[in-house]
Amino acid sequence: MVRLKVSIRIVCLAALALAPFYLSDYHLSLLGRYLALAVLALGLALIWGRAGILSLGQGVFFGLGGYALAMHLKLVSLGPGELPDFMQWSGLDHLPWWWHAFQRPGLAIVAMLLLPALAAAGLAWLLFHRRVGGVYFALITQALALAFTTLLISQQPYTGGFNGLTGFTTFLGFSLLGAGVQRDLYWVTVVILTAAFLFSSWLFRTKFGKVLLAIRDGENRVRFLGYNAVPYKVAAFALSGLFAGIAGGLFALQVGVISPAMLGVVPSIEMVVWVAVGGRESLFGAVLGTLLVNLGKDWISSAMPNLWLFGMGLLFILVVMVFPQGLCGLAEFWPRILLRFHHPIEPEQKGGSGLHVASAAYAKSCEEGRGAE
Amino acid sequence: MGESAVIAGQAFNGISVASILLLAALGLALSFGVMNVINMAHGEMLMVGGYLSYLTCKFVHGPFAFLVALLIAFAGASLLGGLLEVSVIRWLYGRPLDTLLATWGVSLILQQGARSIFGPIGVEVTAPEWLNGSISIEHGAFAGMDLPYVRLFIILLAVVVLSLVALFIARTRWGLLLRAVHQDREMSEALGVNTSRVDLMVFALGTGVAGLAGSALALIAPVTPTVGQSYIVYAFLVVILGGLGSLLGAALASLLIGLFSAGAQIFMGVSLADVLLLVMVVLFIQFRPKGIVVRHSRALGEA
Repeated sequence: MVRLKVSIRIVCLAALALAPFYLSDYHLSLLGRYLALAVLALGLALIWGRAGILSLGQGVFFGLGGYALAMHLKLVSLGPGELPDFMQWSGLDHLPWWWHAFQRPGLAIVAMLLLPALAAAGLAWLLFHRRVGGVYFALITQALALAFTTLLISQQPYTGGFNGLTGFTTFLGFSLLGAGVQRDLYWVTVVILTAAFLFSSWLFRTKFGKVLLAIRDGENRVRFLGYNAVPYKVAAFALSGLFAGIAGGLFALQVGVISPAMLGVVPSIEMVVWVAVGGRESLFGAVLGTLLVNLGKDWISSAMPNLWLFGMGLLFILVVMVFPQGLCGLAEFWPRILLRFHHPIEPEQKGGSGLHVASAAYAKSCEEGRGAE
Repeated sequence: MGESAVIAGQAFNGISVASILLLAALGLALSFGVMNVINMAHGEMLMVGGYLSYLTCKFVHGPFAFLVALLIAFAGASLLGGLLEVSVIRWLYGRPLDTLLATWGVSLILQQGARSIFGPIGVEVTAPEWLNGSISIEHGAFAGMDLPYVRLFIILLAVVVLSLVALFIARTRWGLLLRAVHQDREMSEALGVNTSRVDLMVFALGTGVAGLAGSALALIAPVTPTVGQSYIVYAFLVVILGGLGSLLGAALASLLIGLFSAGAQIFMGVSLADVLLLVMVVLFIQFRPKGIVVRHSRALGEA
């Protein structure tokens, strides 16, 4: 089983790495942006599948990363002394001070990584240390997504407003308009996605990952065992923010635009669907779900635009009610059912509640003790 | 117009926004408190109420057509809510986050359905004649203030609905069962309360009130397929701020949010006021993580 899993993953990676040789330019650029989004999905699987924290505001961190890089791209595409077009339209005569830092690529990349991670950590700490979690957390992150987009749209002179930032030409001295660049960016995305995947699956095997799992299944028990759950949850959420920021940067770089329409309430909840469809507890599922849902969206919304929202609504209901563990859950479920016919599971192995098992064991030991007398 | 008139005018606006928020959030607070269910399709119940009153006003004429529309909006939205409870929410007990996602799916379908039937552009409900006009204050400190009848009507509606719901909970047998399930679900089940019927009733009542909110909203703004979405996030903030399933908390929180955003809009734009509102809610939670009205319980890990 494990060897099968590993070999499926290696085949998939090879297929992705070789994609530029068998896909058309158009499809390659689509795949590239979906893979960038998959980095964000990994972060969601980390907090939702592993730690049980549902965030409906991942778009905010995606946006912070995307805008940080896009501001730099916007500045380098200008001639000396020029102002970004939307600033000129809004009547600004000089660059706002906080834009200046983004003139240097290194600082912009650091900001792309740090801003979302710090924002996520700050928000998570504020809420988790007061033990605000679950549904409350989900709703507050959703409100955050709404507030972030309204802020971006309203501050047109500084953020480009509803249209966002676009018109990028060069990055680190490379032209973004050449044909070969798209392919190189694709490969960079594959490498970053693979690294994020390997890092996350390593993290799942560490003690940190195991504590996260324990927090998901019984936060109070974890606390009574002497762990402070807050730093674990904050660190996990910061990591997911970091992943979302990286995804945003990669996305802006490949698509050439970032705008509030990509990171509001609805896009943020769409991100959750990707992970739910693929299987929230599986990293592989998160990537798979992102690719499948986005491909499906692209296909359905170009063929029958009215149907997409119906389709996505149904998908939500189906995933939650019929296969809550997503596609990967299904893939693991069927072999187990088949195996059960051959090796019926012993009642003791099935467990039940911990208390039940413990009291049964206690009763048994009492009986044995009486027998010894 | 004097300075105090400006402030009083904004306060009036804030109260009228708060009344719609209260109507929208009442059902959410009820179903969240009693069933621990978050209904993301609640905003679409507003929308359904709005469209139902539009249809009613199209076919029914006369001075009291709008009152008929209110009744139909309540009945239609609560019917739809009951259907939603039976078909989706009942199957997702104990999984609040999953309910949230499934009901979001329902809300997408309802939105797209409305778009297919009524088109993306809003439809207007013309307010009945007895709601045209306003009270103008001409003398005293608040000279120059203008209080439209429509807004006064909405405030009155919210107060009446809140009192009726409170009476229902405090005085009727169903209300008694509701309080019992709210306090201790297992114990009421053990005592023979049919909790799934209580849940159905709570949910239908809550969505029906949302339908009324949609009806009221239709008086002051066109009904669009996305009208619910623009209110639902604030309604959730009301629930968070008010405390778990408390009517009093919901009422206080909607007043607080309505007045705060109206007050902030004196000094800044609407969008900055929204951002500030969210910051205030997050800060408020630092001091009272369970909301304004806290239900004390010795149970661990509630909410």
